[in-house]
Amino acid sequence: MSIRHAILALLSTGPKYGLQLKQEFEATTGDVWPLNVGQVYTTLQRLERDGLVESDDPGSDSAHNSFLVTPSGEAELSRWLNTPPDLAAPPRDELVIKVLCALKVPGVDVTTVIQVHRRYLVELMQQWTRLKEDEADFDLSFALVVDAELFRLDSVARWLDAAESRLRRSSMEPRNESGAPLLRRRLVRWR
Amino acid sequence: MSFLELRNVSRSFGVGEAKVDALRGVDLSVEPGGFVAVMGPSGSGKSTLLTIAGSLEEPTRGEVLIDGVSLSRLSRNEKARLRRRTIGYVFQDFNLLAGLTAVENVCLPLELDGVSAKRARAIGMDALEELGLADRSNHYPDQLSGGERQRVSIARAVVGERRLVLADEPSGALDSVNGEAVMRMILSACKTGVAAVVVTHDAHLASWADRVVFLRDGCVVDQTTAPPSPESFLQPLSGLEDPSSGL
Repeated sequence: MSIRHAILALLSTGPKYGLQLKQEFEATTGDVWPLNVGQVYTTLQRLERDGLVESDDPGSDSAHNSFLVTPSGEAELSRWLNTPPDLAAPPRDELVIKVLCALKVPGVDVTTVIQVHRRYLVELMQQWTRLKEDEADFDLSFALVVDAELFRLDSVARWLDAAESRLRRSSMEPRNESGAPLLRRRLVRWR
Repeated sequence: MSFLELRNVSRSFGVGEAKVDALRGVDLSVEPGGFVAVMGPSGSGKSTLLTIAGSLEEPTRGEVLIDGVSLSRLSRNEKARLRRRTIGYVFQDFNLLAGLTAVENVCLPLELDGVSAKRARAIGMDALEELGLADRSNHYPDQLSGGERQRVSIARAVVGERRLVLADEPSGALDSVNGEAVMRMILSACKTGVAAVVVTHDAHLASWADRVVFLRDGCVVDQTTAPPSPESFLQPLSGLEDPSSGL
């Protein structure tokens, strides 16, 4: 997550102090991602060094300074907002690796491994959904963060469904007994 | 006491080599106010379970009890009355009658049960108003959006003295926001004491239930444990303050 760009976004509405930025960042992310105020000041110093923000009292203790975004900072923020993050390479997902490993271990029922994880995911989703039950109790930012987490967990649960279905189909298909090597395609490198 | 109870229920179709066991020894109980989701892939027996729970189909073996009464002891007419008065059904494709308006669809089961047309209409209007559809009450199904049609079908399922709602992929054709609205409505009915069973293959929707039961090849293979209360889950979220921040 880019704290650097989140700070530029918060400063786009006007000058702010470090502590104020910490509080606004946490409010914007529905208090789900807490931020160390020390990290805010370190990031502000780097942004100032790069000419993306400027303080009202350069050279003095940043804890007492108010910061504002410069035109270069605004350009950098716009570039970041409109550039998709790099999702080209698949992440090194432990659950995917676990299922792949389970296939190789004698005596392990992969379907059981899949179900253990499916139940865990659904239980986690139930916890997040409970938070959504009374949307009036929290703000739009929090609702969006909860949705993001639910969709992320849901996509993993769907992958487990697809994996189980694929395993089931493959167990019903005739084995490759010709000895001919199966075609394999090298995936792009893991992230 | 459970409001709905399935005891060792099995259901087979066909004979000999063509025999298919759709359900195999399923036990399931739902308390009044309980909200259970049944998840499983296509062909796992979800819809069969629902039709048997709703007395639309007989089990080959086992017993179904509704409010403590075994369905096998009821006559055909008593079952029909139970379906009209006690059980509300929600289907993926809404099953609204095209020639009736929204409010007429909602009050039809009441009128069939002997409630006067005037009173049935008043109850139907109240149900539609609660679901935000008062201004659409005189529209025909083909004049309503998918989300509105499903809300009408939910109003029809919960109207009157219904104590059990059975829903088969109730948000299958809807977008995620409308799907969520459907689950909220079922949850809200549960908070008034209605027991609900929703079958779905969608984890996102199943997560609205108190308990999720996993069905595979006609058997219950697993279920979730009771989710923690929101308070206990919120605690770590707001308690992640970094002590080094000095704030």
